[in-house]
Amino acid sequence: MIKLESTWLNLRTIDDLATQKTFIHSLNSCTKLITTLVFVVLVTSFSKYEVTSLLPLLFYPVALMSLGNLPYKPIVKRLLLIAPFIVFIGLFNPVFDQRPIAKLGSFLITGGWLSFLSITIKLLLTVTSALILVATTGMNSICTALSQIGVPKPIVIQILFMYRYLHVLLEEFLKTNQAYNLRSFKTAGIHYKAWGSLLGQLLLRTMDRAQRIYQAMLCRGFDGKVPLLSAARWTKKDHLYLLFCLSFFLLCRFINIPQALGTLLTGGFQ
Amino acid sequence: MSHHTIDLTNILYTYPDGTTALRNLSLHIGHGEAIAIVGSNGSGKTTLLSHLNGVLFPTTGTVNIGGYPVVQGTLTHIRRTVGMVFQNPDDQLFMPTVYDDVAFGPLNLGYPPLEVEKRVISALKTVGAYALKDRPPYRLSGGQKRAVAIATVLAMDPAILVMDEPTAALDPLARRQLITLLHTFSHTKIIATHDLDMVLDLCKRTIVLHNGSILADGPTLEIFRDRDILEQAGLEQPFSMQSCPICSKI
Amino acid sequence: MHMADALISPVVGGTLWAATAGLASYAAKKVQNDMDEQKIPLMGVLGAFVFASQMINFTIPGTGSSGHIGGGVLLAILLGPHAAFLTIASILTVQALFFADGGLLALGCNIFNMGFIPCYIAYPFIYKPLVGTTPSQKRIMLGSIAAAVAGLQLGAFSVVLQTLFSGISALPFTTFVLLMQPIHLAIGLIEGIITAVVVGFIYQEAPQIIQPTALNPSLGAASIKKVIIVLFTLAIITGGGLSWFASSNPDGLEWSIAGINGEEELQASDEVHGYFAEIQEKIAFLPDYNFKAAPASHPASVEGTEATTEAAWPAVDTGTSVAGLVGSFITLILAYFIGKGLQVAAKR
Repeated sequence: MIKLESTWLNLRTIDDLATQKTFIHSLNSCTKLITTLVFVVLVTSFSKYEVTSLLPLLFYPVALMSLGNLPYKPIVKRLLLIAPFIVFIGLFNPVFDQRPIAKLGSFLITGGWLSFLSITIKLLLTVTSALILVATTGMNSICTALSQIGVPKPIVIQILFMYRYLHVLLEEFLKTNQAYNLRSFKTAGIHYKAWGSLLGQLLLRTMDRAQRIYQAMLCRGFDGKVPLLSAARWTKKDHLYLLFCLSFFLLCRFINIPQALGTLLTGGFQ
Repeated sequence: MSHHTIDLTNILYTYPDGTTALRNLSLHIGHGEAIAIVGSNGSGKTTLLSHLNGVLFPTTGTVNIGGYPVVQGTLTHIRRTVGMVFQNPDDQLFMPTVYDDVAFGPLNLGYPPLEVEKRVISALKTVGAYALKDRPPYRLSGGQKRAVAIATVLAMDPAILVMDEPTAALDPLARRQLITLLHTFSHTKIIATHDLDMVLDLCKRTIVLHNGSILADGPTLEIFRDRDILEQAGLEQPFSMQSCPICSKI
Repeated sequence: MHMADALISPVVGGTLWAATAGLASYAAKKVQNDMDEQKIPLMGVLGAFVFASQMINFTIPGTGSSGHIGGGVLLAILLGPHAAFLTIASILTVQALFFADGGLLALGCNIFNMGFIPCYIAYPFIYKPLVGTTPSQKRIMLGSIAAAVAGLQLGAFSVVLQTLFSGISALPFTTFVLLMQPIHLAIGLIEGIITAVVVGFIYQEAPQIIQPTALNPSLGAASIKKVIIVLFTLAIITGGGLSWFASSNPDGLEWSIAGINGEEELQASDEVHGYFAEIQEKIAFLPDYNFKAAPASHPASVEGTEATTEAAWPAVDTGTSVAGLVGSFITLILAYFIGKGLQVAAKR
């Protein structure tokens, strides 16, 4: 129930954020989708023990969140919800990988700790970039971008329909769950005797709804094709943004910026 | 707009599960009429409406709209003529944004893009929802959803407007706005509803359904004065016709 | 469970992305050829239904804990494998975007584990033979539970393999398997029982929904063979393509070290593992911390340094570590100020 409610709220929060009008929001959705995908692949392409050279990539989410006027709280909250499982898997690395790999004064740092740190930073980067994409673009525009980059139309339509009715059904489920909870006093979840009938009723209702939607579609001339309106055009702004982001990513990939900075400042250590 | 009459002759409809929802129903509706279809839950209102644009086909009997029989081959024409506003606007608004949704019908009818745009804008302006055009449907209030649902139908420029419970779940203000809006339409209007006060406001003629057949058909005021008929159909006189509970005057 | 971006390598992520993308276009074509227009809204709302059901907690009798459903098998029963696969893919896409469940690169893995396996393996090869063309409550119960358990076991195993081939986690194969399989046995049982009671309920209340998909032999032997062939071809092409891309990466030192170690690996283990291990090594191995040394990418000179430093990992050097630490610290401070600065600039 709490999960149902928080899911619904989370969906609405992100959806709200996507309606803002900032520079980032005004970019073509294709530009943002491509940049995000490149970013994620780039982050994961760093070697397992890479820590320092990942850090400059933090500029990307930080800059986007500032320019896109996104609040930190919901994104950090989401991150904390996702983190435990990944961190749990990551924590095995220090256990199984104890080869010393770097030295800090008299401390030997093992490969396990380094890779654990690397996983955590990668988690931070990939999670925030996905959330930022949707919070600055919105589901509908992402779908237009998907069809623009060649995703088959039935898939795009399926995502759009699913997303549209997710809002309706989450609300309906929330009410059903509330009705159940108001009359059950023992536990927080659904008692096993009600599993089939509760979910089954909801399912039948959902299928009836699908039938009504289909009829409504037929009434407006539906013949198996869903017309999607054309997407926004690329502008100079988009080209510049793409160029800037991609060159920054390449810079980060091939030059260890913190290392260079540090070497510059600490100079004589070598 | 040509003369669009509706003729139902000896309609019988049985659902696949064996329930008979309409029995031997015959009906004539003239051009430009505003008609209310009233009756208790399960009296067959929605089933009857579903016959008017070929969502359902009668088991026996014929439906004729503007001289065309409602059969598989005439559906495109029929659905262009008869605009249907569903009971639950969430079922009707399935596209990602209000604009896309209103454009869905005209695009399917094959209009060129400029014409589609013109129709969408004009339909949205008619129902006073133009400012909402970029919103997704789940971000609308109940009244706004209803208005947009009507716009989706208006954009197809139908001659006949069929509505199922248009005032259900609307707050008083939204309901009043809707009634005012419907007053401005010159279309043939067929409204199935429990809101008898709205009927009094909008429709000159009322058809009372009971158990799938017509119990009464006539001028609205006459029917609403007949308490026996209303009682038999499981209805109640509209509030505005009941005597005042405090001073007992009408 | 959702596979996460932070735990996979681009090769594994990209390969599965390509495989699922191929599958999805195949399924989309199948659904389109089906000419059943009713399925368009039905798939949409059923996707939303499964998404929302995943959020409902079902109390597990006698344990005090609760479980929920994944819905892959349920969707396959209601929609047939192709439409179900697309529906699951849409659910996982929205989850990856809005909830960062999994992630964008891992989406391919997740669609494979939670979509392909239940829809194209568990449903046609386990549920359908068990339930047959004449469903009964008992058969439905048996089929649903077996399909859900098998689907989740395979899915969990697939997660293990994907993690392993990515080489980011240091978890040894056996430990990971022992960690994943038993948990997913429990999860699978619960998912199976919930699926069974729901399908049973529908069968009792509205049998016409269950009957047609049971009768319709929508997935012939030929078509599943085709799916698998397409899948593997795609996997090999992209795997090959990406590893070529990876090996042409100009980080000389890193790649040549990997090459040496890769050879050793190849001898040590069987071919398939060796292939992945090689790719894994290429990506997993650490480039030199001292970036000035990077131009020294001659294989010969590398071999020389290798010989003296004995281990396969780069030199342990306090100097570079401290420089890295200082640089990182400055980078973080910079990130903070960039964020603040842009915030102020954006508000103007």
